[in-house]
Amino acid sequence: MATLARQHNAFADPLAQVRLLEDESPVAGFADVVARAGLSPLRAAGLDVLQVNLGKQCNQTCVHCHVDAGPDRKERMARSVMEESLRVVREQRIPTVDITGGAPEMHPDFRWFVEQCRALGAQVMVRCNLTIILANKKYNDLPEFYRDHRAEVICSLPFYSAERTDRQRGSGVFEDSIKALKMLNAVGYGTGNGLKLHLVYNPVGAFLPGAQEELEKQYKTALLRDHGIVFDQLYAITNLPISRFLEWLVRSENYTDYMEKLVGAFNPAAVNGVMCRTMLSVGYDGRLYDCDFNQMLELPLHGDLPRHISDYTDAAMRDRLITTGQHCYGCTAGAGSSCGGTTV
Amino acid sequence: MEKTYYQPADLKKFGDITQFQKEMGDNFFAWYGSVFKEGALTAREKSLIALAVAHAVQCPYCIDAYSTDTLEKGCTEEQMMEAVHVAAAIRGGASLVHGVQMMNHAKKLTQ
Repeated sequence: MATLARQHNAFADPLAQVRLLEDESPVAGFADVVARAGLSPLRAAGLDVLQVNLGKQCNQTCVHCHVDAGPDRKERMARSVMEESLRVVREQRIPTVDITGGAPEMHPDFRWFVEQCRALGAQVMVRCNLTIILANKKYNDLPEFYRDHRAEVICSLPFYSAERTDRQRGSGVFEDSIKALKMLNAVGYGTGNGLKLHLVYNPVGAFLPGAQEELEKQYKTALLRDHGIVFDQLYAITNLPISRFLEWLVRSENYTDYMEKLVGAFNPAAVNGVMCRTMLSVGYDGRLYDCDFNQMLELPLHGDLPRHISDYTDAAMRDRLITTGQHCYGCTAGAGSSCGGTTV
Repeated sequence: MEKTYYQPADLKKFGDITQFQKEMGDNFFAWYGSVFKEGALTAREKSLIALAVAHAVQCPYCIDAYSTDTLEKGCTEEQMMEAVHVAAAIRGGASLVHGVQMMNHAKKLTQ
């Protein structure tokens, strides 16, 4: 699997995705549906999490990736942008920094950034793809590094069987993920001593996640029984119709059905808990977005709000209007979906 | 437009059956919802049973619906196919067990 960018696929261009989603939408407009539910306008309700995307480089090329990340992607955050992000965390006393990518650990300043966040007293969450820990000797000590900095580790594992995991994430990914999870368990992650290890489930295909609690039970039973692995929580995340997943939906003729499925499962109760209401997303180039998905679609903050982390001003940010689009149905379907799993 | 007896889009219109008989339709959907709730059997187990029955009654709508539902509930492809085999085994067995009736009758008629 090559990235869309490498394939020169039309969907490598965020504008092409937005055109399909917005201009040729087979379903009612998200903003209209939210308004009809009496939940408009959608506004931020504080700033608890600064999600920082260190870049698009990744050792994997997963079929559903919303970042279109891969080994060939060279976009990475400049040190100056990381420093600006730290300044905002310090000045605004943002309690949590959520570090993502690509594989954020591939950024040469990743460890420095984690150390600086911790020095500011911020809780650090790292979105780890697991296989990076085994990808190169220089990453083998990541479990100890995470432990030493009390980082919360959130790992992608779309299923507890090799066949389905490898289908989404690449051949051999499941086996390496199991090895990496054992390494994390070995240093204390997921064992109930405060070192949090969460797994992320997302459907391998055009269907919605089932009940998070039920899936968590299945994961815990299967991973303990088959591999002796323990973890804290499972986050069930819905695939949003953007980037590689969108390209696949269109190519497999699932796009219209999937959009209808998302709209059919629209849950007004999930709207209040959407992650964009309490987080701010920083792109590798320092640009600001309401969430990582808006970032990938290059949908900027609403109105005249600052567009870059270096221009951050708190005044209008904590109750800003959220930029929405048809992809937002992914976060409001069923029990809701966020970087922390279901929201209802 | 292709005309077939089964239209995939009709599955989404299932709720419309109440248009011609509201009380019975409403009662059916309320009962249906109750049946599939977590109970002595888990929702996941019920979904696998539904998938098997869908194949036994050969309902294309039900097969689509419960293929999706079992996937959503975390069933593996292997488990789903085993459920279909259970349906097939009962269907096949139902035919074969009548072979005893055939044998009884044949034995009675022949010397």
